[in-house]
Amino acid sequence: MTDVPLGHVGPAPAADVEDVELYHPHSWITKYVFSQDAKVIAIQYSLTALSVGLIALVLSWLMRLQLGFPGVFTFIDANAYYQFITMHGMMMVVYVLTALFLGGFGNYLIPLMVGARDMVFPYVNMLSFWIYFLAVLILVASFFAPGGPTGAGWTLYPPQAILSGTPGGQDWGIILMLVSLMVFIIGFTMGGLNYVVTVLQGRARGMTLMRMPLTVWGIFTASFMALLAFPALFVGAVMMLFDRALGTSFFMPAIVEMGQTLDRNGGSPLLFQHLFWFFGHPEVYIVALPAFGIVSDLISTHARRNIFGYRMMVWALLAIGALSFVVWAHHMYVSGMNPYFGFFFATTTLIIAIPTAIKVYNWVLTLWRGDIHLNVPMLFALAFIVTFLNGGLTGLFLGNVVVDVPLSDTMFVVAHFHMVMGVAPILVIFGAIYHWYPKVTGRMLDDTLGKIHFWVTFLGAYLIFFPMHYLGLMGVPRRYYEIGEMSFVPLSAHTLNAFITIVALIVGAVQLLFVFNLFWSLRHGRASGGNPWRATTLEWQTPETPPPHGNWGKEVPTVYRWAYDYSVPGAAEDYIPQNQPGTQSSAGMSHG
Amino acid sequence: MTEQTFSRIETTASDHTGLRSIAADFSSDRSAFKNVSWGKAMMWIFLLSDTFVFSSFLIAYMTARMSTTVPWPNASEVFALTIGGVTLPLILIAIMTFVLISSSGTMAMAVNFAYRRDRRKTAALMLLTALLGATFVGMQAFEWTKLIHEGVRPWSNPWGAAQFGSTFFMITGFHGTHVTFGVIFLIITARKVWRGDFDNERKGFFTSRKGRYEAVEIMGLYWHFVDLVWVFIFAFFYLW
Repeated sequence: MTDVPLGHVGPAPAADVEDVELYHPHSWITKYVFSQDAKVIAIQYSLTALSVGLIALVLSWLMRLQLGFPGVFTFIDANAYYQFITMHGMMMVVYVLTALFLGGFGNYLIPLMVGARDMVFPYVNMLSFWIYFLAVLILVASFFAPGGPTGAGWTLYPPQAILSGTPGGQDWGIILMLVSLMVFIIGFTMGGLNYVVTVLQGRARGMTLMRMPLTVWGIFTASFMALLAFPALFVGAVMMLFDRALGTSFFMPAIVEMGQTLDRNGGSPLLFQHLFWFFGHPEVYIVALPAFGIVSDLISTHARRNIFGYRMMVWALLAIGALSFVVWAHHMYVSGMNPYFGFFFATTTLIIAIPTAIKVYNWVLTLWRGDIHLNVPMLFALAFIVTFLNGGLTGLFLGNVVVDVPLSDTMFVVAHFHMVMGVAPILVIFGAIYHWYPKVTGRMLDDTLGKIHFWVTFLGAYLIFFPMHYLGLMGVPRRYYEIGEMSFVPLSAHTLNAFITIVALIVGAVQLLFVFNLFWSLRHGRASGGNPWRATTLEWQTPETPPPHGNWGKEVPTVYRWAYDYSVPGAAEDYIPQNQPGTQSSAGMSHG
Repeated sequence: MTEQTFSRIETTASDHTGLRSIAADFSSDRSAFKNVSWGKAMMWIFLLSDTFVFSSFLIAYMTARMSTTVPWPNASEVFALTIGGVTLPLILIAIMTFVLISSSGTMAMAVNFAYRRDRRKTAALMLLTALLGATFVGMQAFEWTKLIHEGVRPWSNPWGAAQFGSTFFMITGFHGTHVTFGVIFLIITARKVWRGDFDNERKGFFTSRKGRYEAVEIMGLYWHFVDLVWVFIFAFFYLW
């Protein structure tokens, strides 16, 4: 595989490019608040998303307190519990992970990694953040609205989502949630168009698509998918908003509520599920693909080895992206849809395992005989591989209809998706923050704090979610306020639940250590220099660190090679940056 | 390795035709779509995304129509208009469709004149397009008023399935909103053309990017898309 990129690694033509017109800020406000600089927007996105993440973390604590010690915390009643569960899920999936990977890392890394001065439309990019911010405000506002936030579950299934029995169903909760989602989608579309067009049309001289770092490939594919997947959620949200606010019956069949026949007829609750999961399944990969990309770069850099099978990695990303649009109904095996659909969707679901397995093999083969540096970003990257593999394997259980039916709506499902799209991407986010923090601030994050953070988070996540698989196999249902006295649930399950809660509290508390590290290192961290990891990609080759407005000073870089020239025999150092011309090419890598 | 004078980047683009040239463009540096500006690429991708919005709306409508338990109202009776004692089915919608399709023609002419740097004709044709668009929205408002007077509501109607009114107002409303935004931006762009912003490369108020005649074509892409969507709404809603 190593000689594949050879055809692409030639000196780039020195074509003259007319310089891009950049908006230059004139005041503090246009520089730091309403900034059009992708790097500032990235930091704004990241800080907002991390703050939402902290709220969602606290919500998960409250949920776990109820599950671990039912009846002890009287301020958590059933309604509050459902509100916590709903907001935790929606916040984490949409407002934290999507926003952080695409809005945060996408904005920071795409222009720098492809050698651009900024996104192609900085003004639209700025609007994207502020609209996202508005969506977050609307979402958080629902905590203070009459009736509180919606408690419909993050999937918002009708008809229950807009009935009076559900918290927020006949109050403001569900309306604010739907409006917030619609606003988020509008804001994301503005950003997503920028990310996609910048990658397609705004690259530096010599930067071919097949020379791009996999991080950019991952974020690019995910952004493109999001542009095609979010429309379905948008339409579903509009229709449900009409059902709730105008009394239409898109999703509402004839219903008797509390002995009273409601004025609804003929709607299809299944339609919402199809719309939701047509968004919802690609969403899983919208979160996972940037993580795949980033982790490839982390592993390659910190194992000082070129990524194994670069081309395969790119095609696998694209294949996963395409396939993820034809698997959505595997979330609906028990919904009562036509059983033949189950056959089709189980097949497509299991096919996704092939490109995914290619990626996992390639990561492992990249590590093989590599010069592995076990620093904090690398630890998180390695933890990701293991965790993603674990989550993926339980996905094989749930992807098969006959195995899924008994496991459906049990804690097994909770364990599965938390491993695969909760813990795994978040490990990558942590790894990526430890990796790129020096570029953003010019200082290293503290190593000791980082290692404590890593080990507690990594081991803690397994202590939390492994027992959940077991609970699920015993039949403990998910989304239940209390297990109560179900005869098939042994007493030991309650002990296990209490144990999970205690670990969750500890793991959550360690995240505060991470937040402290972020702020403390800003002042007191070791100065990093421009390229502390001795990495090849363009963002480490900027003339100044942190990169100033316009990124590159006088001249944008020219790219002469792919992003993975590590451990090149005969090279002056053990790596060659992408923008370094010369006779050394990746041909030597076949020995490395 | 020996220095190759050039990578394949520059030579390939002209060597091949058809699929090979597409592959050559995609394996080249800087941009995948050669000679396509950022704005135009962005509009195309936005329209792709918007296609998914309208497709979802239309598929949802079809699902609702098929799953509802009550008969669907007969479109050719509901959308008939009595003019001078004669009841003509779908007459209003036929005129609306004609107006909107015609506006695509005037838009295309505007794009043509924009590339000839004919400031006056471009602006005039854009305004004419905007006028036709506004006429379309006006007639849609008339149609809505008529139906509302006859008792059609989003939640019910006198003739059958409640989803008829829900989907009608939602989908035509969403499309009408697109047309309205189009009209607004047509007027703004026409003003810029008239003022000579694109000849003088005057910088945008918000974006501080130089004005270019290409904005007319990008505007045209959007306008044609909105027309195309209408054809589908017309077919699925009024003819089915």
